[in-house]
Amino acid sequence: MMDLHSSRAFTRRAFLSRGLTLASTAWTVPAFLHASATALARQTAGAGSVPGVPQDRILVVVQLAGGNDGLNTVVPYGDPAYYRARPAIAIPESSALRLSRDGMGDGVGLHPRMTAIKEMYDRGLVTVVQGVGYPNPNRSHFKSMDIWHTADTSGTGDGWLGRYFDNQCSGRPGGHECSGHAGIALGRTAPLAMQGRRFKPVSFETPDLFRWTGLDQGDALARAYEALSKEPAQAMGGASPTEAFLLRTELDAQIASDRIRKAVGQRPLVAYPGSNLARQLAMVAAMIRAGLETRVYYVSLGGFDTHAGQGGQNGAHANLLDQFSSAVGAFYKDLAAQGNDGRVLTMSFSEFGRRVGQNGSGGTDHGTAAPMFLFGPMVRAGVLGDHPSLSRLDNGDLIYGVDFRHVYAGIVGGWLQADADKVLGGRFKPALVVKKA
Amino acid sequence: MSQDTQTPTPSLKAIGPDAWSETQARHLLWRAGLGGTPAQVEFLARLSPEKAVDQLLDFEKVKGYPEPAADEFDESIMRPPSAEDRAAYQRARRAQDEDFLAKVRLDRQRREQEDRAQVQKLQRWWLKRMIETPRPLEEKLTLFWHGHFATSYRTIENSYHMYLQNQLFRANAAGNFGELLFAIIRDPAMLAYLDNNDSTKAAPNENLSRELMELFSLGEGAYTERDIKEGARALTGYTFDYNTFVFRRERHDTGTKRILGTLGSLDGDGFVKAILGQRACAEFIAAKVYRYFVAEIPDPGSKAHAAVAGVVRQLAGTLLASRYDMRPMLRRLFLSEHFYDPVNRLARIKSPVELVVGAVRSLKTPVRDLGILLDAMDLMGQAIMFPPSVKGWDGGRSWINTSTMFVRENILNFLLTGKTPHGYDPLARSEPYDPTPLLAELTEREPGADRDPARVAAFLLGFAFGRPGRAGQAAVIADYIAQTGDGGVTPAGVTGALALITSLPEYQQV
Repeated sequence: MMDLHSSRAFTRRAFLSRGLTLASTAWTVPAFLHASATALARQTAGAGSVPGVPQDRILVVVQLAGGNDGLNTVVPYGDPAYYRARPAIAIPESSALRLSRDGMGDGVGLHPRMTAIKEMYDRGLVTVVQGVGYPNPNRSHFKSMDIWHTADTSGTGDGWLGRYFDNQCSGRPGGHECSGHAGIALGRTAPLAMQGRRFKPVSFETPDLFRWTGLDQGDALARAYEALSKEPAQAMGGASPTEAFLLRTELDAQIASDRIRKAVGQRPLVAYPGSNLARQLAMVAAMIRAGLETRVYYVSLGGFDTHAGQGGQNGAHANLLDQFSSAVGAFYKDLAAQGNDGRVLTMSFSEFGRRVGQNGSGGTDHGTAAPMFLFGPMVRAGVLGDHPSLSRLDNGDLIYGVDFRHVYAGIVGGWLQADADKVLGGRFKPALVVKKA
Repeated sequence: MSQDTQTPTPSLKAIGPDAWSETQARHLLWRAGLGGTPAQVEFLARLSPEKAVDQLLDFEKVKGYPEPAADEFDESIMRPPSAEDRAAYQRARRAQDEDFLAKVRLDRQRREQEDRAQVQKLQRWWLKRMIETPRPLEEKLTLFWHGHFATSYRTIENSYHMYLQNQLFRANAAGNFGELLFAIIRDPAMLAYLDNNDSTKAAPNENLSRELMELFSLGEGAYTERDIKEGARALTGYTFDYNTFVFRRERHDTGTKRILGTLGSLDGDGFVKAILGQRACAEFIAAKVYRYFVAEIPDPGSKAHAAVAGVVRQLAGTLLASRYDMRPMLRRLFLSEHFYDPVNRLARIKSPVELVVGAVRSLKTPVRDLGILLDAMDLMGQAIMFPPSVKGWDGGRSWINTSTMFVRENILNFLLTGKTPHGYDPLARSEPYDPTPLLAELTEREPGADRDPARVAAFLLGFAFGRPGRAGQAAVIADYIAQTGDGGVTPAGVTGALALITSLPEYQQV
């Protein structure tokens, strides 16, 4: 029997081999250790995720940065005003992938390069929410992105997902949402959306950045580092509060690093396209498959700021939509192969859409309302909301029909099953985007 | 039993010469400066405590860092369009003259790009200045004010205004807080950031008025909502034209206001005077200074809290007595027994600036690449010129999470070895870290010690942590040095040892 209070029990190696036995140790055990021990116990007992049953729900956010042109994404091919406003870049009616079904989506279709998403749509795995925006739209990338991230029209305060974690974790250390890597953002910097008052996400561009670089500088150095990483635990007893906090975080980081890198090292169950977004989603799928106790993953694809030469059926914008669509398609195939698709709801958004009329450079300038997409077996599939009118405009811009915070409320309440009012700092009637379980 | 309950001495009496050694000198050099070499620590340790504090605090006596040339930063990139430009734009818009509109748009995009490049240049310039300045406290206080009167380029998108504000903070770094407050309500960056530039008698904007009291001077609870409304009226008409403050009389509300008990037809200066008349103002600034230079203020109710609250009250008294001159308060603090109490030593977590600048200044590593250093500071949560909100940086434990921990370790490894996550800095080979000066300091104290891996390991740990390393750590480091140097001490062994030591959590403490 291992002595739980010996210093060895708190080293990383000891944890990795004896994790389960640590479930009820003293304060010296990082919150994360406690959480993962619980999770492992559940898996071992066979009470983990059952295919098709959405428990341990996961949210994946796909950010399309730069302002995605909503009108060439969900194309209003039935409206002549669309073709008048965009003589050079409009998508011909004949090539739009029609969404009409069950009385929804008449007159609108997806961009022809979004075949994978169309296929998912046909199988009832996609919700398109049309005309999403917010009052007094801001056309600055930074400001509008901040508004979406904070769910506050002044764009200030903590991130909405950060607030979700703050709320879920207050007073319950070790809860499932509160592990050391409950939120993971892929990318250089952690997005504001994931930053809470207390909660901070793990973020990395690639998992080999989520580790000490000295490990690549020779065996002697790596061995010494490993040896030193066994040290902190021995110090915890006599440590000052500041020092104990640092030692615990270091231990959390080491463990998260080991587990994430191990997870991502596995080969995916399906082939992914070679794009950057596909690479990110493949990593997310691998982490889900490895059973990391992560509630929210955040990925992003940039380049949507198509002021010039954006193209129509082909060209720069078409390539971006292709990348988006094929990556999401592969992601859900992978999740389905794992039996995890029912646990994962994916949401995409952009900071704004673009102006209705094309500009003099064959592109479009910053606009307002645009569609959001939701993916997964548990979404209420179809086309929600009306396509914004192309004849009744505000100074050349679309008028939004759905405030994005209603969609957030639908996800926070309906999917994450948390108190949306608290998370969003106000009452927003939840958009019914999630199936009743 | 945790040390949360440990209580530092409440004494602000000056530390005696008997209690003054390298430990205290190192503490002073890191807290009231940006760290330094063993020789610099030793130099301060040989002075009297008073002289050592003067050395850092009376920085005007030290030859300063060269000021940038007048045209180093271009003041005109974001020059607003003239009346004619605006009229022409409106005409083109009505006429749907797409070519003209596209030209205007392109010109604006080009200038915005140029300005973003200039704010990066400004960041580099300031980081380099912090690394090289012979007056570290001047820069540390400039950073303090930058976090206190937090203004972000992200919102105002005007690099020259950020530069002007930075120079304002530097000029008043250890000057008079009152003067700084009078200046900040005239500062273009601040006026734009808190939306006072459009505030008029008809539609006063309350943003600056609120933050002026809540975050810049009094703290929550020391004013009423009515004070905010009346203060906003006092600030109407305070705006700027291009790069200069202007007072637009026609927008200003000349009516009678009552702010914080002062009645009159107050303008912005009257508002600031009313603020400075509150004892709460001195208490608020003293507490903020305390948190920046000493430690977090313990939770109310604890014994430690009572001691620290007493210290802050006395510091506020000094600030009031000097009519908000910062120096007497700082001098009293940096000389006090309280400041050097063991409870307060190594009780703070290095800010990203302290970590990066302190490493270069103390270990004398090559700077390698300012861009990479700034990038890392951003990843660690402290992008200078881009504070996250008007509250500035929370600091303390909020700097640390599982992601920033690795960034902290890796940026030190980069400074020491040039290693980046994907390879090496191109100049890494031609610019290796040279640990010989550091080892020479050891030899000077203990002749021959620089050839003994165990003594080198102990020395490096002690210097890097500000206290001895643990026996287990020292053994691993000594082994590594010996292994790398065939039993002896080599520059590569010492460099690797420092990379290891700076990867340890204890290195984050200051």
